[in-house]
Amino acid sequence: MSTLVIAEHDNNGLKVSTLNAVAAAQVMGGEIDILVAGANCGAVATAAAAVPGIGKVLVADNVVYEHQLAENVSLLIAEVAAGYDNILAPATANCKNFLPRVAALLDVAQISDITSVESADTFQRPIYAGNVIATVQSTDAKKVITVRTTAFDGAPAEGGSAVIESLDVVHDAGISSFIGEEVVVSERPELTAASVVISGGRGMQNGENFKLLDGIADKLGAAIGASRAAVDAGFVPNDMQVGQTGKIVAPDLYVAVGISGAIQHLAGMKDSKVIVAINKDEDAPIFQVADYGLVADLFDALPELEAQL
Amino acid sequence: MKVLVAVKRVVDYNVKVRAKADGTDVDLNNVKMSINPFCEIAVEEAVRLKEAGTATEVIAVSVGDKSCQEQIRTALALGADRGIQVETESKVEPLVVAKLLKAVVDKEQPQLVILGKQSIDGDNNQTGQMLGALANMGQGTFASEVAVEGDKVNVIREIDGGLQTVSLKLPAIVTTDLRLNEPRYASLPNIMKAKKKQLDVYTPADLDVAVTSHITQKKVEAPAERKAGITVKDVEELVDKLKNEAKIIS
Ligand SMILES: Cc1cc2nc3c(=O)[nH]c(=O)nc-3n(C[C@H](O)[C@H](O)[C@H](O)COP(=O)(O)OP(=O)(O)OC[C@H]3O[C@@H](n4cnc5c(N)ncnc54)[C@H](O)[C@@H]3O)c2cc1C
Repeated sequence: MSTLVIAEHDNNGLKVSTLNAVAAAQVMGGEIDILVAGANCGAVATAAAAVPGIGKVLVADNVVYEHQLAENVSLLIAEVAAGYDNILAPATANCKNFLPRVAALLDVAQISDITSVESADTFQRPIYAGNVIATVQSTDAKKVITVRTTAFDGAPAEGGSAVIESLDVVHDAGISSFIGEEVVVSERPELTAASVVISGGRGMQNGENFKLLDGIADKLGAAIGASRAAVDAGFVPNDMQVGQTGKIVAPDLYVAVGISGAIQHLAGMKDSKVIVAINKDEDAPIFQVADYGLVADLFDALPELEAQL
Repeated sequence: MKVLVAVKRVVDYNVKVRAKADGTDVDLNNVKMSINPFCEIAVEEAVRLKEAGTATEVIAVSVGDKSCQEQIRTALALGADRGIQVETESKVEPLVVAKLLKAVVDKEQPQLVILGKQSIDGDNNQTGQMLGALANMGQGTFASEVAVEGDKVNVIREIDGGLQTVSLKLPAIVTTDLRLNEPRYASLPNIMKAKKKQLDVYTPADLDVAVTSHITQKKVEAPAERKAGITVKDVEELVDKLKNEAKIIS
């Protein structure tokens, strides 16, 4: 059996989510190669080659892949896929964008967001906002799969020495172009990879009050997240949304502040190891999943918490 | 410009779905069904394009058994002009839905196809992208802003780090994210009017598409339960528990 893992990267570095996908591939067994599609992405290839247990790193380094436009990258992956039984990618916004296109080009299903590998063709995945776990079996000869990164501990990043092979395959579908990007730069750890996450909800009242979370996040080395309500209200940017339709996180510690605990929010954080909820409404559903619940006004509790850490 | 919008009938987002005791499937007996929230956003966007004079006709299409006509009527009440139902069993895999939609696209030749980014039942997030591949159209997925300009559409997309803008040649695919718009409520007169709007029904055979299955659901079960937590009386106790009981901070 052979598996191709699609690297998640920004042309400069390999994202750790790739290592989670490699870990899932290792559970499936067999040989594993990594595909890096980008432009001036040599550093990514080098990083991918250092992952232990990888056979080859295939690099398609061309300006048409610079922004990993789905229309172009999917043609590349579908072509390279010919030599593999499984195509795996982490379930990031980027891979979720292009991988279903690959599946359709190959005329096979995609299995989205797997949380466990039961056997070579059987997987578990959450459905209905994680209220139900489905065990599904694929009858396709070639399997196209996205991996829920929080469900697989990342493979080690160092120690390997895979062969790097450059691919001279250029696909420009000519139907889409990249115009620009507004990427939020933050000193904090990435939300999906942080070991502590502190999130604010509608109860924070405005964007300014999110500063109350900053000092605590600094002390805990935490990433800051939010509920949909806080994003919709414009308190914070969209990339901070945790939930069924936002980011999935499973840190060692998740602190929910002024968040009621709607099922769509729980879907994104209920696999966290320890959950703390701070809410002034003792009946808020968030308390049902919290290990430690504090019924309090957040405007009193947050400054106290910062002082006591 | 014609706009095609795909709508799906799903369990209402307020329902907490459970697995049946025998684990064969989820229990959807007597639960409220609605239009998938992301599809509702798709319909709203299409109707706004029509109101702005950009779109000339909005067609709502749904794949499913007869009951999905209810969701097509909802789309018609929100302002779509006519409907198409592709009659299948209620459960069809995304790849097949994409193939059926491709056949409808071939028939109707829309310049823009708007779909929800995911449906809240299967949480697959696939159909729009698959349709893009099959129809060889560009895709603006997870859209928070859509602007048609001449023979192109510019789409602002929600990505992991923030926002990205792409420009797509028409015809193109858009899949909606939550911030694209806030759907309106259908007024009673519009609900009445929707009942009289044209709704055509096709079978997969009419569209020359084979309904195949690539995935078998072996079982469904409840996720692992979290063990009950405790209420702490104040911040001091919280910090103490985190340090000395959970040992999660130092
Ligand atoms: C299709 C769809 C997808 C969705 N996807 C997501 C998603 O990915 N992520 C997500 O989060 N939501 C999502 N939602 C929205 C979800 O249903 C809820 O509406 C949302 O999570 C509510 O956010 P909230 O808890 O911040 O706000 P609310 O439910 O309004 O809760 C605010 C909480 O703050 C508390 N509070 C207020 N003031 C204070 C104070 N001074 N001190 C302490 N506590 C206070 C209140 O008691 C209340 O419990 C989705 C909804 C739909 C329909």
